[in-house]
Amino acid sequence: MQPIVPEITRISVTNLINKGERTDGRSLDQYREISVETGVIKKAEGSARVKIGNTQIMIGIKPQIGEPFPDTPNVGVFMTNSELVPMAAPNFEPGPPDERSVELSRVTDRGIREGKIIDLEKLAIIPGKKVWMIFIDMHILDYDGNLMDAAALGAMAALMDTKIPTATVEDDEVVIDHENMQPLPLNDKTVMTTMAKIGNELVVDPSLEEEEIMGARISIGVRSDGAICSMQKGGERPFKKEEILKAIDLAQEKTNELFKYIP
Amino acid sequence: MINIITNRDLEVKSEAKGSERPDGRAYNELRPLKIEAGVLERADGSAYLEFGDNKVLAAVYGPREFHIRRFLKPNMAVLRCRYNMAPFSVEDRKRPGPDRRSLEISKLTSEALSPAVFLEKFPRSSIDVFIEVLQAEGGTRCAGITAASVALADAGIPMRDMVVACAAGKANGQIVMDLSEWEDKEGEADVPVAIMPRTGEITLLQMDGQLTKDEFEQALDLAKEGCMKISVEQKKAIKNRYGGD
Amino acid sequence: MILVEDKDIVVPGEILAEGEYYAGRGTFKDDSKICSALVGLVAIRDDKISVLPLQSKYIPKRGDVVIGKITEVRFSMWNVDINSPYSGILPASDVFGREKRDMNKAFNVGDILFMRVVDVDEVKKVKLGLKGRGLGKFRGGILVEITPTKVPRLIGKKGSMINMIKDHTKCEVVVGQNGLVWVKGKPEMERVVEKVIKTIETEAHTSGLTDRIRVMLNQLLDIEEDVNKEEEEDYKEELIQ
Repeated sequence: MQPIVPEITRISVTNLINKGERTDGRSLDQYREISVETGVIKKAEGSARVKIGNTQIMIGIKPQIGEPFPDTPNVGVFMTNSELVPMAAPNFEPGPPDERSVELSRVTDRGIREGKIIDLEKLAIIPGKKVWMIFIDMHILDYDGNLMDAAALGAMAALMDTKIPTATVEDDEVVIDHENMQPLPLNDKTVMTTMAKIGNELVVDPSLEEEEIMGARISIGVRSDGAICSMQKGGERPFKKEEILKAIDLAQEKTNELFKYIP
Repeated sequence: MINIITNRDLEVKSEAKGSERPDGRAYNELRPLKIEAGVLERADGSAYLEFGDNKVLAAVYGPREFHIRRFLKPNMAVLRCRYNMAPFSVEDRKRPGPDRRSLEISKLTSEALSPAVFLEKFPRSSIDVFIEVLQAEGGTRCAGITAASVALADAGIPMRDMVVACAAGKANGQIVMDLSEWEDKEGEADVPVAIMPRTGEITLLQMDGQLTKDEFEQALDLAKEGCMKISVEQKKAIKNRYGGD
Repeated sequence: MILVEDKDIVVPGEILAEGEYYAGRGTFKDDSKICSALVGLVAIRDDKISVLPLQSKYIPKRGDVVIGKITEVRFSMWNVDINSPYSGILPASDVFGREKRDMNKAFNVGDILFMRVVDVDEVKKVKLGLKGRGLGKFRGGILVEITPTKVPRLIGKKGSMINMIKDHTKCEVVVGQNGLVWVKGKPEMERVVEKVIKTIETEAHTSGLTDRIRVMLNQLLDIEEDVNKEEEEDYKEELIQ
């Protein structure tokens, strides 16, 4: 259930933004305070706790041995899931992932998949039969605006923190050695920048209040070499082409800042 | 048939020697405990708790408007609890979503907290308690109840007392306070208990394993003793939040 | 025997006194003991011991003035969110007489109104009304939220705090007892008032607050003046060019 925004708030926030100011004093292209901590959950093979403003997500990575997909028998598998747990916001209800949660998972997944971030070939153990399956689980603890960027940043930090056991094959048996852990094989890094369209402007890292009044949003995933690896438009209002092109420039600039938060 | 052999299980068996607890604690010693109140922005009240390697987050919304007519109570609030474990909180990844164990613990948590809350003050409303286990190491239901009390107090919910929980049991032939994960799995009995510390009244009691009546009484007393120690930390956590003490 | 001191922070279940004392707000009696029911500050007045909550929801009382948001337009009433576990109803008869009602012409979802709590029944169903001076729909301005228990501190003794804020910033400020505050003036001044209200909320239980707020207002207004002077200088430069 979407919360109802007071009309006078919608008007005052929009007027402020049209003048280049935001209610929390940030400039239009400024992120709130960001913090990323890794290795916070020992039981997970990789983990990160990310905060953007008060938005807080805990990400855990867990590997399992499983079977590859039939059409890609020689590479490992990864899956991304997010839980918008009811404590994160008064209007979050318990239950299976809703459309919002599924979108968040799929967009985060897309950036990692299309950016070829994980070296899936190195995750095959017995080609065609046994591979590593990497589970990325994002637990949203506090929702105060802009889950996309926090999720992308946190998932990347958690992946970089991940160490998996060595798996060898002896006499047709897979032997897993927990004494010898090795870093998850990664090719590159990716993060995401989200911008909301309010009035005539694009604002980076929308706060909760801004998300509630925005007309539309655009999230752009960028790899460390500058390649764009995912994009998602959200919201019920349209964008003009020039606005999207401007958003891409902004995203490439802002993601450079975000990369500084991961090792 | 492809077998998967792992060296993880082998470690655990070699742990207990003699009458020493595997982690070197005395029979009446708690694991290290840390509680912080008011850690989330959106929730009305919240608390984060670390107990041994357990990491538990509790949050409260309420009293708030309750829309589900058939559960609405005309003259008091409805207390609803949801205990949930994050998929990455345990050694073997847990599939997201409630399982039978979580449902049972949710019900028990609600029943453990209800006697303390002045529900009559808020007719036709709900008080929602959410517990997320971020990392589990034995005793999460007790940790959850303890954290939930702090979250309820932080939310300004009027209560007769702050319910607190601790388990005791029998491991390696000894009655011990606060079972670790290994002691819980390999031990002879587990008795989780929750009390209202001022009066000592019991609001949660479970037992599984094998105990004589005397052993049970010893375990119960030991669990209550553990509760009283934890209660001190709960109160400190709340007072620290407001700059007291 | 009283076991605590005035202004001590106490928690639910904490024993405040034993013996013949009156159990005030925020406390309850258990045998001969008076215990706190809340997290709050002890207030001892003669023989009565109360606990003032540090955190609390707004529970509507008849006669209160509140600021609310229209959440639904129904056939003969509006549903109103008054920042409480209990929502209110504003009957159409408060706005329309016997004439035909066009509910949407009067108030719509998202509108913010200043209303009186006309009645609260035993199960806390709330009836709101618009008859009274200054009541009605707000136009323009911003909304600020404050914990309801801090409202008296925001108003101050005989309105001293709120009047000081209004005089310094030349803003209209209307405070609802349910913790919502409406502010209207020049946009920069509205933000100044918002900052001041948030500060009062965090420091409500400390002493010397009124003086500190006066200093804060002067500082913030000086900054605004400087900004205005800069803008004037820039404007003059542009004119010259």
